[in-house]
Parts: sequence; structure tokens; C-alpha cells
Amino acid sequence: MTIEDRELEEAMATLLTTAPPSLAPGVLSEIGLVDRYAHVVSPIGALVVAWNGLGVSAVEASENDAAFEEAHEARTGRRTIRAERLPARLERAIQRRLGGDRHVRIDLDLRGHTDFERDVWQKALEIPRGEVRPYGWVAAEIGRPRAVRAVGTALGHNPVPLIVPCHRVVRSDGLLGQYSLGGPQNKRTILAAEGVDLPRLERLASSGIRFLGSDTTKIFCLPTCRHARRVTDRHRLEFRSMDEVRARGYRACRVCRPAAAVAA
Amino acid sequence: MDNDNQLIEAAARDLDGTFEAVVVAHQDRLYSIALRMLGDPHDAEEAAQDALVRAYRAMAGYPAERILALRLRPWLATIVLNLCRSRIARRAAAGRPALSLDAAEPGMLEPVADARSGPAATVARRAAGRAWADLLLTLPPAYRSAVVLRHVDGLSYPELATALDRPEGTVKAQVHRGLAMLRTAFEAAERRERKELTA
Repeated sequence: MTIEDRELEEAMATLLTTAPPSLAPGVLSEIGLVDRYAHVVSPIGALVVAWNGLGVSAVEASENDAAFEEAHEARTGRRTIRAERLPARLERAIQRRLGGDRHVRIDLDLRGHTDFERDVWQKALEIPRGEVRPYGWVAAEIGRPRAVRAVGTALGHNPVPLIVPCHRVVRSDGLLGQYSLGGPQNKRTILAAEGVDLPRLERLASSGIRFLGSDTTKIFCLPTCRHARRVTDRHRLEFRSMDEVRARGYRACRVCRPAAAVAA
Repeated sequence: MDNDNQLIEAAARDLDGTFEAVVVAHQDRLYSIALRMLGDPHDAEEAAQDALVRAYRAMAGYPAERILALRLRPWLATIVLNLCRSRIARRAAAGRPALSLDAAEPGMLEPVADARSGPAATVARRAAGRAWADLLLTLPPAYRSAVVLRHVDGLSYPELATALDRPEGTVKAQVHRGLAMLRTAFEAAERRERKELTA
């Protein structure tokens, strides 16, 4: 009936046990020392999304897990662990962001990138769904009007395409330009899916039209600005340059800030 | 202990390069502490994970000399214990009943001394372990934590005093009282089991 202290102590010592195998990866990914990744379906096919406790760290079109893991580690210095799916909250947030909700919060892990790159990506985030802006617009908006080429490079290095919509930045001559997520055709597909009228955009660009104005408000916009799209045919004016705009005395739209696009 | 000193020195130089080794070295004991405090494996994993995440974040904010002054074993024990305490308090506030002796099924209370070796013995040992774990959960949290840190985790009394932030004499008394309560609970369970067998 009685039990010795030593037996009790020995019994307690047997209660030391082994942590489940999911514990260490859980800790390391939460603090951002390793990343997890999962496959998601998108309008342009299967994508890999990587994340950790700090935020989303990569979006890539990759069908080969081993190749993705190797490239991701080479780029970030972090191991990746395959997960079955994204955390439910992150998945919902990404769906909402892709659906056009710019205000849904998605944390990003952009460690290792320059302030300039972050500024460029932050600016791209401000471009609404269904609209595009020229590279020069981004450069001017972040206060580096001469850095148009560097803006293009930074957008090409965007580790989280789609979430940071670098596809909404295009060339000022109307060509769509390069796209890091599987090439230029994907850029077309995504912009069309977002409601950009590409044939119209290209027609305007090929005839040298840079801005659209309204003769009722005397305001001019970039062609895809939602305010420009509201103007009826009867009241719409087309401008090829800032000189033409100035000659008419039109004011710049406060939403799309078209003057920035030619500041460079 | 030596290993901990090396870990601390390395962590003070390069936290990100060292922390995985800290996790590997301490995850079993932190999980064990949480499991024996909370009873539920899922809750225990969450608490242990949270403790290590908090430890990392704290260390990331410390200057090197403060990291060097850390005593990893009791410090990590304090963190996981605090998280377990708040989970227990939350459970109580939510009206979830505390685990009682009734949770220990009759027949599971085989003395550990019976276990020798072989598969049957392993099963017996596991059943016995389960029963001891259930008995431990019937102790009030203050005594449970003292017994868990001293006899499951194996902290020394000075480490225990640091971890619980109490004088050594107090924690010794808590451990002894905890063991006494455990003995009473064990004997009561045995009596009950015997009664059921003869009924």
C-alpha cells in the first residue's frame, strides 16, 4: 500500500518525454529561421507560396519542389519545409488581395532587400486592380525620377509577385514589359483577368496617346485610371504630351497623378 | 550545463545561427513540463512552441552581455511555466473542470517497479506512466509545477528557486508537500482499484 519517496521520484522521472516532430519546425518557422511552403492554384496555374512567422517570403511558378527548395535557400539562406496547405487566414487574405482588396493585411518577409526595392514594391501596392502605371510613374512617385531602369530591375526582383502587383507596372509606350512570374504572357493574362482593356490600352499607346481628359472637369488622367474610364466619349479628350495638356490648361487627376509619369 | 554555456556564448555572438540548437537541446524538456502541467498533448505543444518563440524574441532584444548572463535551463522553464499557468487560469475561467482522480481509469495504476523489459513491459510502463501523469494533474498547480520541475525535468534546487522565483527553502517544501500529495493520491487510487477487483 505504501510507496517510498525514491519510487515516487523514479516514477516522475519516467514522465520526461519526447517532443512531437512538428514542434521544432513550428518554432523555427514562427521566428523566421525556416520557411514553409505550399502549392496554390491561380489563374496562371499552380504556384508555390512560401511564408514564415514574419510574413510571405516568396511566390513562384514552380512545379518542382526540390528545385524550388534549392533556389529559395540559395536566395534567402533559409531552409524550406513543405506544408499541405497555407494557413487558413493567409489563404483567405491572399484570395481577397487577388480579388482586388488592397487593404487586406498580408505581412511580407522582405529581409535582405534594399530600401529602394521596398519603396518600389510599396508603390506598386498602391496601384488599384484594373489599372496600370508606367515604370517612370513609380520612379517619380518614390522620389527617384531618374531611376526608371532600377525600378524595372526592382520589380523584376519582386519575391512576392501577385501579392505585390508588379504586373500593374508597364512601359510608357504601351508595351507590357517583362514579368518575373513565368513571362510576359502571364502578365497579359493577369491584367486581362483584373479587367484591364488591353486592346484599348495598346491602341491608345500605339497612336501615342498618353493621357485622357474630360472637357467638363478639365482634369486629365492616365488611360486606365478609374476616373478616365468614367468619362463619356463625347467629353473625352486625348493628349499625346504634357505640352498639349498644359496648352489646354488641364489639371492633373489627384488619384492617378499622371504628371509623375512624364516627370522622368 | 556545459552545453548550455556553449549555446549561450554562441547565441550572444550569432542568435539566428544558434537558436535551432537551443530548440533541439531544450524542446523535449519544455514539452514534458507543459504536458505534465496541462495534460493535453496539443496544448502542451502550443505552450512549448510559444515558450521557445518568446525566448527567441526576448534574446533578439537583449544586448550580448544580458544573453551571456542567462541561465538557460531555469529561464526557459520559467517561460513555459508562466504560459502553462495562464492556460490553466483561462481553462478555469472558461469553466472547464479541472482534471480529477476520476480521470485515471482503474487498472492503469500498475506500479512502475513491475516493468522490466520486452514489449509487454513497455506497454505496462506506458500505462503506468499515463497513470502517474493523471495523478500528477490532480495536484494544485503550485505543487504540480514544483514536482514537475524537480523530478520530471530534473532541475537542481538552486535552479528551481530561480525558475519559481522563491527561496530555496520554500521550493524544497513545495516539492516535498507535492510528493506527499502524490503519495496520498496514489494510495487512494490503489485502494479504490482493489475494492473494484474484490467487488
